[in-house]
Amino acid sequence: MNQEGIAQSPVSPALTRSMLRTLGLVATLSGLLVVLSYRTTLPIIEENKRLAIERALFKVIPGAVSRRDFVITDRGIEPAQPDLSGTALYAGYDLDGQLKGVALEAAAAGYQDVIRILYGYDPNCQCIRGIDVLKMAETPGIGDKIAKDPAFLENFTALEARPSTSGSGLEHAIVSVKHGDKSEPWQIDAISGATISSKAIARMLNDSAQRFAPLILNNLAVMEAAS
Amino acid sequence: MPGLPDQHEPVTLDTFLRGLWEENPVFVMLLGMCPVLAVTNSAINALAMGLASTFVLVASNSLVSLLRHYIPKQVRIATYIIIIATFVTMVDYAIQAISLDLYNALGAFIQLIVVNCMILGRAEAYASKQPLGATVVNGLGIGGGFTLALLSLGVVREVLGSGSLFGIALFGENFQPWVVMILPPGGFFVLGAWLLIFSAFRLRKQRQLDQEGVAQHDS
Repeated sequence: MNQEGIAQSPVSPALTRSMLRTLGLVATLSGLLVVLSYRTTLPIIEENKRLAIERALFKVIPGAVSRRDFVITDRGIEPAQPDLSGTALYAGYDLDGQLKGVALEAAAAGYQDVIRILYGYDPNCQCIRGIDVLKMAETPGIGDKIAKDPAFLENFTALEARPSTSGSGLEHAIVSVKHGDKSEPWQIDAISGATISSKAIARMLNDSAQRFAPLILNNLAVMEAAS
Repeated sequence: MPGLPDQHEPVTLDTFLRGLWEENPVFVMLLGMCPVLAVTNSAINALAMGLASTFVLVASNSLVSLLRHYIPKQVRIATYIIIIATFVTMVDYAIQAISLDLYNALGAFIQLIVVNCMILGRAEAYASKQPLGATVVNGLGIGGGFTLALLSLGVVREVLGSGSLFGIALFGENFQPWVVMILPPGGFFVLGAWLLIFSAFRLRKQRQLDQEGVAQHDS
């Protein structure tokens, strides 16, 4: 109601009550419907999210069929518990319960927005075995090739991420090189025309692996025992 | 406190068809342009957005129509927004339950149905004055028109921009997709082309009607 309207005709108590009653009723009804639909869809949504994580997980850890959740804390790697906060880490096991690899999330700024990926790290070959793009807003047809281009994904079948002998960081930093210039196993062959997106992938993998690869190798027993 | 006075009109086939053609929310009234341009980069996104908007439109306008005698006109807009927001939240959860991929593709535009002026416009201009039956029929028509319009854009943009339709590749390997079509400018190009076609049709019909009128006058 506008200011003039109020000045001309003061709102009668009956009208105030009527407005309060209507808004109260509609808001109550609204709350009821929202809670009802939230409760109904919650288990389905949780299941969908779990399936989405597992689909990505089994894609980046070849051979894995089951998973367990861990958390990277100041003390090392511990099994996930609701009150434990830290970087999430998923371990994938094969049918015999052998640890096939671990998966971690990594993120860096891309061309348009932050790119978030899940990558699989294989402690046996000390290399990255696969990536799956979880979220991106790269240009369709150009930057979004990081998710689908087979030649680019070929980089991540065995991308070396070997910890240095001193135990902190990697022996060779993961870098992206111009398309066709890849000569070392720790280099990523960039997509021609999508240099920024390719570099973002290299940067996020390098940052994450520098920090976590030595840690993962030092705590393998925790995850092997959990299967 | 009564709401706005009722203006009953008989429910006919026209109540439904008007929304598809004569009062098409996108091509004629140019309402709700934000999702029209933003999520029509593939046919499936366009269809999902159209159906979600139609559900919110029909459900919220039905409730508005049922409550029309009890909503004081001073708080009607606030009441409409609460009702619309409720159904949008329900759709939001429903789409997450149906498919997370679809939910991620549509992004914030599901929540933004709340401020789609097509829906608030229908509540204010139609549902608040009409009985339930007419409101549902009209809502289905307008929603259908909106879905149809989104699909018209989505199909053209996906075929030209990705060389596929509903995710199924249409052309061979050597088809070079017209990437600009799935980028934001493509939305404007395709919308402009459709508006041109629609306006040309309406102009021609108008001219025909005028000529008939002149002919009758002469005889």
